[in-house]
Amino acid sequence: MSARMIGVDVGGTFTDVFVLDEATGTASVAKVPTTKPDQSGGFLDGIGREVSDLSQIAVVVHGTTAGTNALLERKGARTGVITTQGLRDVLEMRRRDRPRTWGLRGDFEPVVDRRDRLEVPERTLADGTIRTAVNLDAVRDAARQLQDNGCEAVAILFANAYANPENEAAAVKAVRAIWPNPHVSASHEILPEIREFERFSTTALNAYLQPEVSGYIGRLETALQKGGFDGEFMIVQSNGGVMAVDTACRLPIRTALSGPAAGVIAAGYIAQSAGFDNVITGDMGGTSFDVSLIAGGQSMLSPQTAIDFGMVVRTPMIEITTIGAGGGSIAWVDKGGLLNIGPESAGSDPGPVAYGLGNDRPTVTDANVVLGRIDPDNPIGGKLERLDTDAAANAIDAHVGAPLGLSTLEAAEAILRVANSRMAGAIRLVSIERGFDPKRFAFMPFGGGGALHAGAMLAEVGIARAIVPRYPGVTSAMGCVIADMRQDFVQTVNSLVATLDEATLGGFMQDHTDQGMALLDAARTNFEAREVSFELDMAYIGQTHTVSVPVPAQIENGKVTPPTKPQIEDAFDTAYAATFGRLLKNGTRRILNLRSAVTGKRPKFDLATLAPTTTEPPAPKSTRRVHFEGAWHDTAIYDRLALPVDAVIYGPAILEQPDTTVLIEPGLQGRVDRFGNTIIEPGKEA
Amino acid sequence: MSEIDPITLSVLAGRMEQIADEMDATLFRAAFNPIIAEAHDASHGLYHAQTGDTLVQGKSGLPIFVGVMSFAVKAVIEKAAADGDLEDGDIYIFNDAHIGGTHLSDMRLVRPYFRDGELFCYLASVGHWHDVGGNVPGNYNPAATEVFQEAFVLPPVKLARAGEVNQDIIDILLRNTRLPQSAMGDLNGQLGALDLGVRRMDELLDEYGAETIAAALEALGHRAEALMRSELTDLPDGRWQAEDFLDNDGITDEPLRISVALEIRGDQMTLDFSGSSPQCAGPVNIALPTTVATAYVAIKHIFPALPANAGVMRPIEVIVPEGSLLSAEFPAPTGGYTETILRMIDVVFSAFAKAAPTRVVANAYGTINALSIAGKRKNGQPWVMFSFYGGGHGGSPETDGLNHGNAPISTATIPPMEILEAAYPVMFRQWALRPDSAGPGAHRGGLGAIYEIEVLEENGAEAFLFGERGCFAPKGIVGGGDGALNIFSYEQEDGWHHPPLTSKMRGIRLKQGQAVRLETPGGGGYGAASDRAPEAIARDVARGLISAAEADRTYGTDWREGQA
Repeated sequence: MSARMIGVDVGGTFTDVFVLDEATGTASVAKVPTTKPDQSGGFLDGIGREVSDLSQIAVVVHGTTAGTNALLERKGARTGVITTQGLRDVLEMRRRDRPRTWGLRGDFEPVVDRRDRLEVPERTLADGTIRTAVNLDAVRDAARQLQDNGCEAVAILFANAYANPENEAAAVKAVRAIWPNPHVSASHEILPEIREFERFSTTALNAYLQPEVSGYIGRLETALQKGGFDGEFMIVQSNGGVMAVDTACRLPIRTALSGPAAGVIAAGYIAQSAGFDNVITGDMGGTSFDVSLIAGGQSMLSPQTAIDFGMVVRTPMIEITTIGAGGGSIAWVDKGGLLNIGPESAGSDPGPVAYGLGNDRPTVTDANVVLGRIDPDNPIGGKLERLDTDAAANAIDAHVGAPLGLSTLEAAEAILRVANSRMAGAIRLVSIERGFDPKRFAFMPFGGGGALHAGAMLAEVGIARAIVPRYPGVTSAMGCVIADMRQDFVQTVNSLVATLDEATLGGFMQDHTDQGMALLDAARTNFEAREVSFELDMAYIGQTHTVSVPVPAQIENGKVTPPTKPQIEDAFDTAYAATFGRLLKNGTRRILNLRSAVTGKRPKFDLATLAPTTTEPPAPKSTRRVHFEGAWHDTAIYDRLALPVDAVIYGPAILEQPDTTVLIEPGLQGRVDRFGNTIIEPGKEA
Repeated sequence: MSEIDPITLSVLAGRMEQIADEMDATLFRAAFNPIIAEAHDASHGLYHAQTGDTLVQGKSGLPIFVGVMSFAVKAVIEKAAADGDLEDGDIYIFNDAHIGGTHLSDMRLVRPYFRDGELFCYLASVGHWHDVGGNVPGNYNPAATEVFQEAFVLPPVKLARAGEVNQDIIDILLRNTRLPQSAMGDLNGQLGALDLGVRRMDELLDEYGAETIAAALEALGHRAEALMRSELTDLPDGRWQAEDFLDNDGITDEPLRISVALEIRGDQMTLDFSGSSPQCAGPVNIALPTTVATAYVAIKHIFPALPANAGVMRPIEVIVPEGSLLSAEFPAPTGGYTETILRMIDVVFSAFAKAAPTRVVANAYGTINALSIAGKRKNGQPWVMFSFYGGGHGGSPETDGLNHGNAPISTATIPPMEILEAAYPVMFRQWALRPDSAGPGAHRGGLGAIYEIEVLEENGAEAFLFGERGCFAPKGIVGGGDGALNIFSYEQEDGWHHPPLTSKMRGIRLKQGQAVRLETPGGGGYGAASDRAPEAIARDVARGLISAAEADRTYGTDWREGQA
């Protein structure tokens, strides 16, 4: 029986593969270089390292940056737009913002050229009344014009289509009848929600990605099948759930933050298994430090994000806050004599000075190398033979030490202090903005570099402990195997509670449930359970910002019974009071949108299967001089994966594994929990 | 004062900036009104105990508040000195724009921060409240000739005395607004932000000691000053002038001059606004604090990396003539201050372009275009649709200007058309870029916009507009041309009309099916039109951003050879 589940995360540098054998309860990981521009080479190579017979695989789940990269690099298809007369420029006008608060510089090119944005006579009003019926001859003419222009994909974007999709639906039907491929997106199908710029932008970007992403997924699927794979192939969405590949080809915009979302899902599961419901994750890469917050076991979802200036995607995504403080971030001294880190970054190519690939300005990684915290003879990832400590030291001297009058080591420590302070700042702000006290959270570093800075986060933020997952370098790939199947739906309702037609609301809820269940039915995965949840975006009349109100609804034999008006009012009062602490006397309650989520719970594997099996008492494999707080310390180096459960290592110590270095600073201790995670907390020296 | 090592200083700079950021975040999250919650029309910071100078300010607040807040603190310092009763736990509140700058909608809270019984610094919070009384809901009254027609005026008074909130003050405030619940929500949010600031300062001083923090604040001021001086030293010495005009004050159809002489000598700079028009009857006056704060906004746009710290202003002298519309006396109305400060920024940019052409961009569209359309529904319920509209940004040394941007003094976004159509009985016939509106140049200005709005309500409606740039176009720099003028039109039975005061209009009646049309200015161009690449012109023509005829007129016909 084929019983292997495989998660594949393709990042900028490495492709990570996580293989779970459900029959034996064992797991293995592989890390191979990402292939560019076509990521499918690395994808198949990575799987091939661990599994020779692809027919042994039940499920492949993929977290991909194909969509993100196509958006950031503007490598999507030439896309056309057919829109309401008078509204040709909505995509280009945005919401009247600017790229940066200060400086008034920078311009904006939308992904759809103005020549490929055509207007047709049609108009629906805000109440759903059709003022001008759509002229289908004009629509067909526009579609032919766009084909002549060379457009591969097309988006139909009509005003107020959320309120009444009739005109837009007729237009999209007419276009599909003559468009030579399936790359046709309509705004009411992608996002039937009020706010034309956000809906149009999301729909146009979906169209822009369709040829690219469906081509990529198609290539992967074909290659997998050639190798004998006959299981289910799924893609991680930005909301942290997975979807079938045909859904991904239709709605590629939902993959916009696929890769990082899987990492947060895994982090949440690992933390919860280890007994921590509240955790802040920190993923340190080459150019950035990405922070995400999980409270009560739930990751935060944000309703929309901007992939770049003016490129707004409105679909629920795991909320990730990014600051420019990664391993490659450059340290520099400004004209006023202040030391700064980033936002300029050397990335991974040319990378830190120590890589010897052409950068000569010092980075955070260079400081870690000079202080002995990274082993120069065994660089992570295996791409380089060794790191050039002298070059790193010279760069730190020239760019930081000399201007500030500091020795090399003082300057290196200074770089880390400032970088740590910025990372800690991001953690504090992310929690404050959500109304949480960061001290109540555990910190979970993942990615290659985060675990070098865990101790500093404890000190800076006042967090009690950090939890370093057993395989921090493949967290995203593991998340692919853990994630549930989830579909989100939205429908603008725009009604006062008092005048709500409950049957209409019930109809939307039923429709969302039916669509979601059909997608679960079509999947070949087994689900432990199915869940449907409904939320209403509500406010008092006169307010433009809404609160999310979870509402109860009975579902029996697939039939949804919508909540009554009093139930909705009670639910609103509860949610409003929880957010603002008080209710508005005599306020009129209003419903803006219905949001539904249909989730198929996938069976979870027991993380204990990854736990160490050794019982050997811990013994350092070597010692190295590492610089902490102004002095060199002889520091024990351990092979992290060889440490047994319950082992306690006192700082200063370094735990090494192939893709990660865990630093335990003086005064801290690292304890191996029953899953093989390392819990770093204040301790005693041995 | 002890010397502080540069690394601790870097760390503390971030920590203190974050205290202000956290105060911003606390208010944004708690505020009831969308002007604060969504448009972030608010700001927080730390201010010097004796001078009131800005020490640190949050990054996410409104640009114009960076600089104006210290005047609020200075006013409180004077008041406390006069009364001689400053205590730990006091909180002052006021909205008086003649003392604190901007306009009466901005409610300022100032709280002294004590450490070991000694005044250490001030914390302050400002936020734009939804309604503070006056003749017009939302306090936007284009016909005001005194502040009393704009809002109620609160001078600095103690909202809290030694930690005890004075409920009498709150009762007075809530009785003077049309939206008491919204006001209470915002007030609670601002108090919460100040509380958080105090807690964070306590933690910081516990960790580092008051002496280190005081030394750090001092050093940050010196470094900001050093940064500014170093930037000025890099610029040539000289004196450069620029002037521009407001269309009128909304009362009399006379242009008003805004004039600046920019002088750089070594590491010092003077901005001399002498020659600007005298105080006027209508609400385009501004108070002195607003003028000084606006000079700071212009400078920060030119040197975006400068910190929000009073040290930046030490090498800069701002000269404002007495009796001018830039130093209006109480009770002159100031509700339209946005138009005047936008023009100030324009003239500073124009003068700077002569001194250091690569450091600035051409003028942006230069008007807030506050348009309200109001009426009664069939059931008698009143409605008011009030919004600001965007225009083009100026061309820069690197690129064309941004199409349809927001005003340089703000970061607020425009509500979506569908939200407006769902809330009010209107339909936008057009929401589009305005072709032929960009100022020509090697890098042309960004395009302005066209908004045409039809009234759907059977009872009709009335329209009010407060705009500018109807008579004087946004200027190009370094040889670039001007953007198109602001054009406002309204429909009547006999066709389209323009208002007598060009961009300002009170109470024009519209019937159902009639519309108003706003064609907003584009940005000025950067560099000579003759230096624009022919393929860029051909692309703009193909995209319909400029008509072929206009391109021929502006750029000559060479671009036609480059057409594909």
